[in-house]
Amino acid sequence: MSNPVRALVVAETSDGQPIPLVWEMLGLARRWADETGGAVHACVLGDGLDAAAVALAARGADRVHRIASPSLSPYQADAWLPDVCAVARAVGPAAVMIGHTPQGADLAPRIAFRLDAGIATACNRASWTAGRLEVTRPCYGGKAEETVSFRTATAVVTVKAKCFAPAPAQAARHGDVVAVPTVLDAASVRTRVRGSRRDASAGANLESANIVVAGGGGMKGPDGFGMLERLAVALGGAVGASRVACDLGWCPPGRQVGLSGKTVAPELYLAVGISGAGQHMAGCVNSKTIVAINTDAAAPIFRYARYGVVADCHALVPALIEVLESKAR
Amino acid sequence: MKIVVCVKEIPDPDIAASVFQVDEAARAVVPVPGLRSVASPFDEQAIEVALRLRDQLGSAAISLVTLGDETAKAIVKNGLALGADDAYLLVDEAFDGGDATTTARALAAAIRKIGGVDLVLTGRQAADDDAGIVGCGIAEILGVPAVTFAMDVAVDGGALVVERSLGDGSETVEAPLPALVTVSHEVGKVRPASLRETMKAARQPLTVGTAADLELTAGDVGAAGARRTLERLAVPKNDVRCEFLAGESPEALAATLIERLSAARIL
Ligand SMILES: Cc1cc2nc3c(=O)[nH]c(=O)nc-3n(C[C@H](O)[C@H](O)[C@H](O)COP(=O)(O)OP(=O)(O)OC[C@H]3O[C@@H](n4cnc5c(N)ncnc54)[C@H](O)[C@@H]3O)c2cc1C
Ligand SMILES: Nc1ncnc2c1ncn2[C@@H]1O[C@H](COP(=O)(O)O)[C@@H](O)[C@H]1O
Repeated sequence: MSNPVRALVVAETSDGQPIPLVWEMLGLARRWADETGGAVHACVLGDGLDAAAVALAARGADRVHRIASPSLSPYQADAWLPDVCAVARAVGPAAVMIGHTPQGADLAPRIAFRLDAGIATACNRASWTAGRLEVTRPCYGGKAEETVSFRTATAVVTVKAKCFAPAPAQAARHGDVVAVPTVLDAASVRTRVRGSRRDASAGANLESANIVVAGGGGMKGPDGFGMLERLAVALGGAVGASRVACDLGWCPPGRQVGLSGKTVAPELYLAVGISGAGQHMAGCVNSKTIVAINTDAAAPIFRYARYGVVADCHALVPALIEVLESKAR
Repeated sequence: MKIVVCVKEIPDPDIAASVFQVDEAARAVVPVPGLRSVASPFDEQAIEVALRLRDQLGSAAISLVTLGDETAKAIVKNGLALGADDAYLLVDEAFDGGDATTTARALAAAIRKIGGVDLVLTGRQAADDDAGIVGCGIAEILGVPAVTFAMDVAVDGGALVVERSLGDGSETVEAPLPALVTVSHEVGKVRPASLRETMKAARQPLTVGTAADLELTAGDVGAAGARRTLERLAVPKNDVRCEFLAGESPEALAATLIERLSAARIL
């Protein structure tokens, strides 16, 4: 790792602040810059966002490109593309880093094709080998992982949540915040958002919870999730689910954990009636401790679990609630 | 309306982790006995979306395009059995060693060659590389708008109306045609093929194309055109040892579990 590494972090925001995954990307980019004498650039797009820009500088960005325009909020790929590409061309980073979220996964491939850059999505490890970026990412539904390098001077990578240590906030740290005028020509926006629905109850607290109680096919129906809800309250945690449970409508899709759902890494992940398919584990393998409750002792989930209970969850979960509630009394 | 659906042949994503193997030296999945080859599930759902649009509109021409090996024939035949009108199979040694960039180039060239295409449908991601790059890549190359993660697709007065998943909700997006849509699992169940259609599809010819047929040069496709290099492929290490808890009754097991978690300072 000899050449100075310049990285550009594209910051996704929610309620005017960067999402936690942005701090994880800044942590990684800062480490690269410090080890090589490089630099960390960040860009933030939307309406206003002064506070977000200041926060990005405080968490390690040397230069924050703030592009403020009402046309950039809410996010739409067509609207963001010209500005993100313009900043990337001006900065010439070795890596454009974008969070692997529904928004980032929508944006990143388009950026890569516009910049004619190599791209890798959902990366969970990254290193520099002989001056070249190598990223590792899960594939084959989490059953394998591949490491790839890039043949272009700039690489676009989307970064999976909870895989890298977040940059700490340093209130005294000041980076340059530069207001960059938008280059967007409104006529280039081909799509129009007619409306959106936020499912507030769906699992907003899922990604930040210290304890996640997740249910799968073994829950047998929505009533099973009612029971899990009570267990989650007793533990002070949030409820997650497998795709099978979401597809069957037993709980809202926002609770889905896995490859095509959310990524969580709580202190405790309690998997109840979940088989442990690679595509599910892709969203929770980084949990500190996994506990599995399953009637089938041969279920793959036990390969990931620290503690296993072979039992019918419809008998065990009420018993767990009873133990916890009697302790609290 | 003319619709193209991009379908990829992949190893069955439901194969158990205990039998799945990779050859690290060859950087490839080992074709262990019993490992079936299937159409990527989101691509099957993309075919279903095309069929629903045809149902809605009364008529639509549906073409399937796949880039892969000769073996992909079986996968596209199944798509024909579901009701697609024709299929294009892109096979060429020149495609070997390619990546998402070269795949998108070849598929975009095929779509251009088919001509007059109003809507391109892909899966949100292929269930082997789990990447989600090729769809938007095709749209960028063709210069058409792309809408990702579709849960529902409709055509309303010549414009496309897509309900797309945002994780914690959804949004309704309108786009002019031609356009590209990537399909997510929320579109739901796919219809089964009828036996009669399956027999008919078995006899239906496929159009087979090479890089040269697409007017792509050796530098555009395969390893020469790729933007990235696969350095390693491995099965992730897993060194967790499970301690199975013992107990006579659910109550005893529950008490033991809570005790263990408290002792380990997890609770
Ligand atoms: C491309 C792709 C993407 C995917 N993305 C995701 C994703 O993001 N998230 C996800 O979860 N899945 C995803 N899947 C699906 C995944 O492959 C599995 O099908 C799914 O995770 C299985 O869910 P499950 O374990 O809850 O259900 P099942 O496979 O039905 O397993 C149920 C389990 O419950 C146990 N059980 C049954 N009854 C009881 C009982 N009374 N008490 C205790 N245990 C019981 C059974 O022994 C079994 O192990 C994806 C698949 C593909 C192909
Ligand atoms: N070789 C291929 N042949 C046909 N379609 C493909 C191929 N590779 C990718 N696609 C399409 O692009 C989507 C996304 O693939 P990927 O970017 O590889 O995750 C897939 O769901 C397919 O619809």
